[in-house]
Amino acid sequence: MSAAHPFGFLDEHAKKEVRRSVLKAVAIPGYQVPYSSREMPMGRGFGTGGLQLTLSLLGKGETLKVIDQGSDDSVNAVSLRNFIEMTCEGIHTTTRTEAADLLQSRHRIPERPLREDQLIVLQVPYPDPLVIVEPSENKRKLMHGEADYSRLLVKLYEDIVKFDEITISHRYPTRINDHYVIDPSPIPRWDVPKLNHSKALILLGAGREKKIYAVPPYTKAEPLAFEDVPFRVEDFTNEAGHRRACQRCGCNSSFLDEFIDSSTGEKVFQCSDTDWCNTIMCGGASLSSDSDTNPDVKNKEVANG
Amino acid sequence: MDKVLEVAKLSKVYGQGCPSCYELTGPQHNTNLCFRCGSIVAAHDVSFDLYKGEILGIMGESGSGKSTAVKCLYFDEPPTAGQATFFDDDKRYDLFALNAAQQRRLANHRFGMVYQNPHLGLNFDISAGGNIAERLLMSDMDNYARIRHQATRLLSRTEVLPERMDELPKTFSGGMQQRVQIAKALSTNPPLLFLDEVSTGLDLSVQAAILDLILEIQQEMGTAMIVVTHDLGVIRLLTGRTLVMKYGRVIESGLTDQILEDPQHAYTQRLVASAL
Amino acid sequence: MSEAPVLRVENFSKQFTLHEQGKRIPSSHNVSLSVYSGQLTALIGPTGAGKTTVLKGIYRTYLPGSGRILYRTQAGHEIDLAQADEHRMLALRRMEIGYVTQFLHALPRQATEDVVAQPLLHKGISKTDAQYQAREMLAAMNLPQRLWGISPSTFSGGEKQRVNLARGLVSRPRLLLLDEPTASLDQYTMERVIRLIEKLKTEGVAMLAIFHQKELVDRVANNVVTLEPPPAEEYALEETA
Repeated sequence: MSAAHPFGFLDEHAKKEVRRSVLKAVAIPGYQVPYSSREMPMGRGFGTGGLQLTLSLLGKGETLKVIDQGSDDSVNAVSLRNFIEMTCEGIHTTTRTEAADLLQSRHRIPERPLREDQLIVLQVPYPDPLVIVEPSENKRKLMHGEADYSRLLVKLYEDIVKFDEITISHRYPTRINDHYVIDPSPIPRWDVPKLNHSKALILLGAGREKKIYAVPPYTKAEPLAFEDVPFRVEDFTNEAGHRRACQRCGCNSSFLDEFIDSSTGEKVFQCSDTDWCNTIMCGGASLSSDSDTNPDVKNKEVANG
Repeated sequence: MDKVLEVAKLSKVYGQGCPSCYELTGPQHNTNLCFRCGSIVAAHDVSFDLYKGEILGIMGESGSGKSTAVKCLYFDEPPTAGQATFFDDDKRYDLFALNAAQQRRLANHRFGMVYQNPHLGLNFDISAGGNIAERLLMSDMDNYARIRHQATRLLSRTEVLPERMDELPKTFSGGMQQRVQIAKALSTNPPLLFLDEVSTGLDLSVQAAILDLILEIQQEMGTAMIVVTHDLGVIRLLTGRTLVMKYGRVIESGLTDQILEDPQHAYTQRLVASAL
Repeated sequence: MSEAPVLRVENFSKQFTLHEQGKRIPSSHNVSLSVYSGQLTALIGPTGAGKTTVLKGIYRTYLPGSGRILYRTQAGHEIDLAQADEHRMLALRRMEIGYVTQFLHALPRQATEDVVAQPLLHKGISKTDAQYQAREMLAAMNLPQRLWGISPSTFSGGEKQRVNLARGLVSRPRLLLLDEPTASLDQYTMERVIRLIEKLKTEGVAMLAIFHQKELVDRVANNVVTLEPPPAEEYALEETA
């Protein structure tokens, strides 16, 4: 396969178009830049938007990490990583967040803060937060242009009326640089504050919807909320009032996945970010020097939890 | 007295239009359809002014162009020709020279519109309170409790039970939907309100109550209003001055009591004579 | 008269054009009169002489045909009401010129005291003050207090007339036009109205009134203007619209 395709699978023109769109997206923070979104040898909806960004931006000798809901080993992450390794000769892969130059992720931002020299690509199913309130794309464009998000805010209002709080669990509408509101992809609320003044460039790609947008480094990202009903992240406090901890590594400051232990039938909580969990297990943020290209397979039950 | 609005030579043609459109249409031809090019001259050469706290009536049958004028002013339709100036405190806006964003902003913040069809003025997928919240949110109010309070106040003022504010408008009666529409239109305290056949199609008692409400609001808030109606009763009750339109032209205008008691144009005389 | 009149009507004529019937009906013909501050000018004459037309022409409920209607405003300007701009006219009606018709036009849903208070509200007077003055005026008109809170639409002719007068007088206009204000009043109330008119005179109100009872004219009028019916009955329109 690699012989039949250029480096990065896409031809140079396609990559150039993606890069141009990235430049525009960075120049207009939060604006959804349309691009042609090529056919990829996998179904739309499997991360083709993120994949095209990665393939256009990754260079020889650079190191890549691919995760799906925080895990390096779930099917989507493995398939994408395999495909990229196959089509980009000379790149390295890693499971360690701090070792990656480029991270492609589905639905999570790693717990470990990213650095200025890193870049994260998020896979996006639905790029436009306004789609739930306005079916016409023409009208949505006008609304974005005029920063008219009142109808989105009405959704939040109705949420509070019905449930006394904002119940959006993921894809939380977030205003970038005081203008465009983005759908930050299905990351949990937990990850939304990481968008704000992020040191790393955050790129979002929607393959099926043919849109690229960005949260550039050190840019304001503000989740929509009311002055008196502020945005909150997920609460991991248990019945006794204590912050739950990961049953595996003991960390009590990370985003936790909840699942049922099949042997005991009990509710168990574990870090969603596999790399973070492993790092804590190994005694904190020790930087190991091995640059293994094989995923760190230790934690399969979490991956599917 | 402060002028709120000045409209000069407003025209609206639906269709491609031709040089003969204006000559071949109007009350003297008994049509607003230009037979040469097939265009509809919905309104032509409409001029009037409106002062603070004044209610102006635009009266005519369907197809007279009375709604068209208001639609142009509320930016629902672009005019074919003409000028309109809106005076807002010390600012003045050349309405049709504004770009679309500026127009929408003005319509959302400084104008109010109540349509005959509540579906045009209300979002039926969100609650009555949510409808008012939407307009307040447009004006950058971002405090939930304040929005809630304001919506409750407006709905009580327009006599909608506050305990029903979280229900969808589709569960409301027609009169109640109009009240929610009025509350929504008033939420930003606009100096200019357009009312397009607001009481048409409602039961008589409901109609009367809505008209009373409009009068009370006008007295309390000093809102300038343009009332579009085919109903002489509405004109008599609400307005101080009236324009009479036919086939897209203003055929007569004056003080409302003069229009009703000493109409000059044959058409107006017929209209007044046929009133119940 | 040393003082300049508040209102001077010069050669006022008015005819109605009825397009449907193809007729022109003359009403007032060449009417001239003056009204002075603190005085009442009575308009008398047979039915069809156009008395009401003169009043409505001054108030601009009718569009004047020809002639001048010169009104001296509070600010001392003289304006021709026949030519005045609509907004000017509305402002004058609100602040300076009152009109009491033979019939009461009021919403069937409005309490009597609100009906009477309305002109004051339009004038910009506060709600409580307006209500207080309205009640005072209703008492002066001898309208039983139990009627104040209900709508005048159910009232008898005499009661309605009193409400109507109260509404016209309450705002103390500079120029008051009265169209048979005492037509359906009992003797007792009429005496009260006469007293009120005298009081308005001392306050400097200029009044132009149509009266039918001679006795009334003799008692309250300072000047009397007699109108004659127009020379021609009616004639057909030359062109039909």
